[in-house]
Amino acid sequence: MKKGKNDYNKSICFYFQVHQPYRLSKCSAFEMGQKDEYFDGPEAYRNKAIFEKVAQKCYLPTNRLMLELLKNHPEFKISYSFSGVFLEQCLEYGEIGKEVLDSFKALVKTGQVEVLSETYYHSLSWLFSKKEFAEQILKHQKLVQKIFKKTPTVFRNTELIYSSEIAEFIREMGFKGILAEGWDYYLDWKSPNFLYHPERVTLHPEDQKIAKQYGIRKHPFKNIKLLLKNYKLSDDIAFRFSNKGWTEWPLTTDKYAAWVDAAEGDTLNLFMDYETFGEHQWEDTGIFEFMRHLPEALLKRNIGFKTPSETIQSYEAVGEIHVPHLMSWADMERDLSAWCSNQMQESALQRVFELEQEVEQLLPQMHTKESERLQHDWRKLQTSDHFYYMCTKYWSDGDVHAYFSCYESPYEAYITYMNTLTDFEMKLQRLATSEERLTKQLI
Amino acid sequence: MNVLMYGWEFPPIQSGGLGVACQGIVEGLLGHQHEVFLVLPKTNPAMQLHDPERFRILAASESGGTIEVEAIPTSLYNPYVTSEFSYQQSIKKTLKTDEPETIYGLNMMEEVHRYASQAAVHAKKVPHDVIHAHDWLTAEAGVQAKQISGKPLVMQIHATEFDRSGENPNQAVYDLERRGMEHADRVIAVSEYTKKMLMKHYGVADWKIDVVHNAVRSNFDPYHKTHHLNKRDKIVLFLGRMTMQKGPDYFLKMAKKVLDHMKDVKFIMAGDGDMMEQVIKLAIDLGIERHVLFSGFLKGGEIARAYAEADLYVMPSISEPFGITPLEAIKQGTPVLISKQSGVSEAIKSALKVDFWDVDEMAEKVIGALKYPALNQVLREHSHRELVKLNWHQQAGEIVKSYARAISV
Repeated sequence: MKKGKNDYNKSICFYFQVHQPYRLSKCSAFEMGQKDEYFDGPEAYRNKAIFEKVAQKCYLPTNRLMLELLKNHPEFKISYSFSGVFLEQCLEYGEIGKEVLDSFKALVKTGQVEVLSETYYHSLSWLFSKKEFAEQILKHQKLVQKIFKKTPTVFRNTELIYSSEIAEFIREMGFKGILAEGWDYYLDWKSPNFLYHPERVTLHPEDQKIAKQYGIRKHPFKNIKLLLKNYKLSDDIAFRFSNKGWTEWPLTTDKYAAWVDAAEGDTLNLFMDYETFGEHQWEDTGIFEFMRHLPEALLKRNIGFKTPSETIQSYEAVGEIHVPHLMSWADMERDLSAWCSNQMQESALQRVFELEQEVEQLLPQMHTKESERLQHDWRKLQTSDHFYYMCTKYWSDGDVHAYFSCYESPYEAYITYMNTLTDFEMKLQRLATSEERLTKQLI
Repeated sequence: MNVLMYGWEFPPIQSGGLGVACQGIVEGLLGHQHEVFLVLPKTNPAMQLHDPERFRILAASESGGTIEVEAIPTSLYNPYVTSEFSYQQSIKKTLKTDEPETIYGLNMMEEVHRYASQAAVHAKKVPHDVIHAHDWLTAEAGVQAKQISGKPLVMQIHATEFDRSGENPNQAVYDLERRGMEHADRVIAVSEYTKKMLMKHYGVADWKIDVVHNAVRSNFDPYHKTHHLNKRDKIVLFLGRMTMQKGPDYFLKMAKKVLDHMKDVKFIMAGDGDMMEQVIKLAIDLGIERHVLFSGFLKGGEIARAYAEADLYVMPSISEPFGITPLEAIKQGTPVLISKQSGVSEAIKSALKVDFWDVDEMAEKVIGALKYPALNQVLREHSHRELVKLNWHQQAGEIVKSYARAISV
C-alpha cells in the first residue's frame, strides 16, 4: 500500500463548506405579477447584512487564522467547497465581498488548499433533472476557474447528498473522487477512515448520455474514490465543542489529537460547515484557539494533513460501498427529510422544477442579458435552503435550535416562496405571449 | 386528594368558556383519582355526569349557613362582559329565552357576594385538602373558605378584567381578582400571556404563578367534512362574541383586503354581541356585505358544522387569556390563524399567527392558506397531532402539581 510522502501514521482531510443562499424577500400576494427583485432577503435578514455579519464573525477571522497556520506549517492542508451563490455574493457586495474573496484567494494561492466541485446553486437538482444538475456543476467549474484559477476534480453534492447512482454519474462526468457521509447504516462494519470505491451501478441510458455530454474530461476514470466523513470526530468540533453538558468538555487539542491517534485507518475525514468557526461556535468558546493549536498537536504525533486529491492519491481503496438510497449529512436521520418531507416542500420543489421546459423554450428567443437573468432567477429559486426553511420536522416540538430560519415559521417561508414562484410564472407567461406576438408579426 | 372547588357555571348550563374549562379540569382530576366537591350558585341534575362517590355537585345554598361578606354596592355584571350596557343587553336576551330562570341575578356583584357568603360555609363540612377557585366570580368564596378551614387556596385565572374591558377596567371586579390572588397560595394562569398580565397589573410574584394551558375534551364529536356553500367559494370563519375583545372589525378589514385579491371567498361571522350592529354596518361601509354572512349565535352541532365547513378559522382577538375556539376548529380538521395576543398561540405551533392589528399580514396569510392546498394540508395534519397531545388528563396533572406546591408552602 502506498504511504504518504512523509510517512505519516495517518492523515487528516479537512473539508469546509462555504455557502450563503439568496434568501427571498417577502413577496406579498398583492405584489405578485409586479415583483422585480426577489433576492434581497427578508427585511430583518437582508442577505447583504447576513453576509457582512458572517464575514466579521467567521470568514475574515477564520481565514486569517488559516493563512497563519498554512504559513507556519507547510504540512497543513485543507479544502473548501464554495457554492456559486456564495461566490456571487462576494462579487456583489462591494468592499466587504471583495475583502472576503481576496482572503480566500490568498489561502488558495498557498498551494496547500484544494477547491472542490459542487452545484453552482447549492441545489437539489439531482432529484429532479440530471441535465440541470450537470449544467450547474459546469457553471460552478467555470466560476471557480475564473476566480481561483483552479479546476476542481473532486465533487461533493449539496448537503453531502449521495447515492451509488450519483457517484456513477459523477464518475462518468470525469471526476476522480466524491465525498459522502460516513453513515454506519451503509458502512456496516466498515470504517470511514479508509478509502473505498463507490459501487458501480448502471445509469439510465439517457442519464449516462447527459453525464458524458457535460463531462469535464474525455475519458472518465474507471474507478473513482469515495471519501467518507468521520462524523464523530467532525461533530466533536462542529457541534459538541462548546457544549458544557458534554462529558468531554472542555475539548483540548491534546485530547483530540489522542483520539485521532487512537483511531484506526489511513485518513480521518473531517467535514464541516465553515461557519463552525465563529458563527456556530462563537469566538468566546475558544474555537479559534483550539484550531490554532490543533495542527502542531497532531503533527507531534506524526499525524499529517492531506487535501482530498492527495488523500485519493496516497491511499488505495480497501473495498466497495453500496448506497442504494439517497443519504445526506443532515440530522439524525441522514436522509433528505430536512428538504422534502412535508407537502409544502414537495409541492414547492415540484413546481419549481416543472418550469424547466418552459424556461428553456423561452431562452433562445430572448436577448442574452434577459435570458441569463431569467435562467439565473429560476435557478436561484432551486437553492436547497428555501426548502429547508419550510421544514416542520421539529417545528411543533418547539425545537427552535435545530433549525435556524430567517422566517417566523415554516408557513411564512412557504407562502413567501410560493408567492415568489407565482410571480415568476406570471413573468414567464408574459414573456411567452409577447414572444408569440413577435413571431406572428414576423410571419 | 380532596378538592373543594368553587365554580360559577357548569355544562350543560353555561354561557361561555369558563364552564367548559371547569368541566375539563374536573374530569381530568377525576381521571387522576382525586375527589372533587364542586360548589355552584345553582345546580341541575344534568350536571352530575360522573361517579357521585368521587364527584359531588353542591349548590351554594345547601351549605346551611351564611357568613358575613362585605357587600359592595355596584352595577351589573356578566362573567364575560363587565360593561354595564352589554350586561343589560345580555340579561334581556337571557330572560327572553325559554329557560325558566337565569342563574345570574340582575345585580351581578350582589350575586357574587351572596354566593360567597353561602358557598364558603361548605368548607366547614366538606373534607378537603385544597381549595380551588376560578376567576373573580368565585374569588371571595375561595378566600372565605380558606379562612374557615385553613386549607391552601389555589386561584385559577381564566381571564382578567383587562381582557374583558380593555383600558376601562371595573374597579370592583379588579379588587376582587386582586384580593383573591393575594390570599391564594398559588395562582394558576391559563397562559404565559395571562401570567405576564397578572404580574404587570396585579403585582403577583413570578414564583407564585403556574401556567397551565387549557385543552379540549376528547369526546368532542367530529363533524364530517361536507360540501361548502357551493363548490367554488372558500370559507373563512369567525366564531365568537361580537365584542371589541374578539376583534370582529379586524376580521372584516382583513376580509376586504383578501377580496381585493380573490373574489371566490365567503366570510362567515358566527356569534352575537354588543358590536353586532357596528360590525354589520362596517361590512356595508367596506362594500363587502355580499361576501360576509352572519349566522348569529350557534349551538352544539351547529358550531361543529361551522368549523368543519370552513377552510380556515380566524381568531383575531385583541386580548385573549387563552382562547379555546382554535382548538375546537382544529378538532374539526380546520387550520387556524390566531392573533399573537392570545394564550392559545403559545400552545399550538402549527398555526398561522399575526398581530391582531396587522391587517395586511393577516390578509397575506389568509390568501396563502386559501391559495396553496399544501399549506392548508400541513397545518391541518400537524395541528391535529399537537391537539392530541394537549388533553385535560395531562393538564390536570399540572394542576395537581400546583396543588402540591400550595400544600407544601
